[in-house]
Amino acid sequence: MTAEAFSRAATTSPDVATASTASPRQRLLVTLAALVVVLAAVAACAVFLGSAGIAPAAVVRVLSGRAEPDSVERVVTLALRLPRIAAAALAGGALAVAGAAFQGLTRNPLAEPAVLGVSAGAAFGVVTAQVFGLGVTLVDALGLTACAFVGALGAAGAVYLIASAGAGLSVQTLLLAGVIVGVFFSSAITVLISIVDINRLGGVIHWLLGNLAPIPPAPLLLFAALTGLGFWLVVGQARELNLLALGEEPARQLGVNAERLKRRIFVGAALLTATVVAFAGPIGFVGLVVPHVLRGLLGQDNRLLVPTSLVGGAIFLLVADTVARNVVAPAEVSVGVITSFCGAPFFIYILRTRARTAP
Amino acid sequence: MNLLDLHDVEFAYPAASRRPRPFRLAAVSFGVVAGEILGVIGPNSAGKTTLIRLLTGVVRPTRGEVRLAGRALSAVSTWELARTVAVVPQEMPSAFPFTVEQLVLMGRYPHAPDRYFETVEDRAVAEEAMVATGVRELAQAPLASLSGGERQRAMLARALAQRPRLLVLDEPTAHLDLRYQVECATLLRTLNREHGMSILLVSHDLNLAAELSHRLLLMSEGRVVRLGAPEDVLEEATLEAVYGCRVTVAKNQAGDRVHVEIAWPERR
Repeated sequence: MTAEAFSRAATTSPDVATASTASPRQRLLVTLAALVVVLAAVAACAVFLGSAGIAPAAVVRVLSGRAEPDSVERVVTLALRLPRIAAAALAGGALAVAGAAFQGLTRNPLAEPAVLGVSAGAAFGVVTAQVFGLGVTLVDALGLTACAFVGALGAAGAVYLIASAGAGLSVQTLLLAGVIVGVFFSSAITVLISIVDINRLGGVIHWLLGNLAPIPPAPLLLFAALTGLGFWLVVGQARELNLLALGEEPARQLGVNAERLKRRIFVGAALLTATVVAFAGPIGFVGLVVPHVLRGLLGQDNRLLVPTSLVGGAIFLLVADTVARNVVAPAEVSVGVITSFCGAPFFIYILRTRARTAP
Repeated sequence: MNLLDLHDVEFAYPAASRRPRPFRLAAVSFGVVAGEILGVIGPNSAGKTTLIRLLTGVVRPTRGEVRLAGRALSAVSTWELARTVAVVPQEMPSAFPFTVEQLVLMGRYPHAPDRYFETVEDRAVAEEAMVATGVRELAQAPLASLSGGERQRAMLARALAQRPRLLVLDEPTAHLDLRYQVECATLLRTLNREHGMSILLVSHDLNLAAELSHRLLLMSEGRVVRLGAPEDVLEEATLEAVYGCRVTVAKNQAGDRVHVEIAWPERR
């Protein structure tokens, strides 16, 4: 029957373009629009919530520019809450895109910056830089990010070498390699903290748990620029990343420049991870939870997953941070604690469903 | 002019690669004539898979040259090569459950690699390929849910979506039951006869290869042993020397169909 079907198709081909489902482009635009609306709503809520207990009307006064210049509500809203919302959105988006990128690159839905030990590598870079006295100015932030980037590349490279030493990149080997490299860099951080005067590493413990302290405007712009660069590197290869899922050789036989693809994704994902770690600390599991939820909604197409992860990650981390700021107010929980509480069950769930469906 | 030429090609995997035994392809020369079905047969580790890698540019010859329509393969872009030669692999591992339609649309990549999404035309070509291989109804099904035969046909559809001039099949019937073997063979013959598709068929199934191919290429230990019409290549003495077991070859009365059977040793 197939042979006749082919002849039939050959004569009627111009008419069969009637697509039954919405095109990927339409699905992307609709989903992105919906996510942006949600992000705006969440951000609007986050502005009104906080330990300072400012009345909503006062926040509205600040936002509409009618507050006293040096009033408490003006300082809290503009210098604390808004930069923090921006930082949370940027960090969440960057981590989710990095997660989707690492998953595509390693062909492993459990891959993620923290799970792969890349966050720990970046954190080691940052702590090392702090030992040498880098702080929070713009130049220092650039230096911290550079050190984090070197650490992230080192960790990701180590994981790759360890995992590919056997026969191919198996799912379990990759995860184990990630855990080992993560443990190594965490230990190295502990050593640094022990031998250096703890006062020189102000707030390092808090930062190591993931902490979205308000960032001044200039470094915040740098944060946004680096996130944009990393996103661009990954999204530009989203279509090729789909083909890589078929295996490296089939991808090459379809014309994909596999080496260039892997290099760009590797650098992009490491840069995104390093930027977040430098500005907000190693926050885990965002890159696992967000792409996974989006896969459930949109399927496996990285051309849909990567852009929606940017917005979805922003929403997720903003919600997590708002909870972290308010759940035990006036104190606050580190945002990394919240994301880990969400992420760990997810990890187990994906691991178990994969074990069941794997051939 | 031949569609594809291998001219005195030698190849050895680098010493660093972890292969159980050193393997070399030595002085292989042959051409694929436009419009023919060429069957490549031979025992395990004869060099059949390496041959596919060489002519799709995945590995480069250490000596000699592969030419695509007269041009050196090294001068052809990877995209142009993928628009001309499409490979249907034996098995396609996928960590992510892409749908059949998404898989088939991937075949459109080499036609416009800079585009983010496929066009309406791309979708029409993919649709046509799915109809041709009988997987149209499975378009939205995830690959992981398909049977071996359905997955094989989905991969064939993806290769057809590349609109190649040469289709390379690596063990196309390995996962197919008898009925789908016949359907697959019929489909390949239709593609060849009515659409002028040249086919390079790598198979362990000597009888399938003999049934479909205009010519057979018998390889052993990285060398070409015989190249010619199936009834000339499939000779008892040659096959017994290459495969190292007893076989019987039967011919029909017209002499244009051959059938190879294993001559099983006595049961004890």
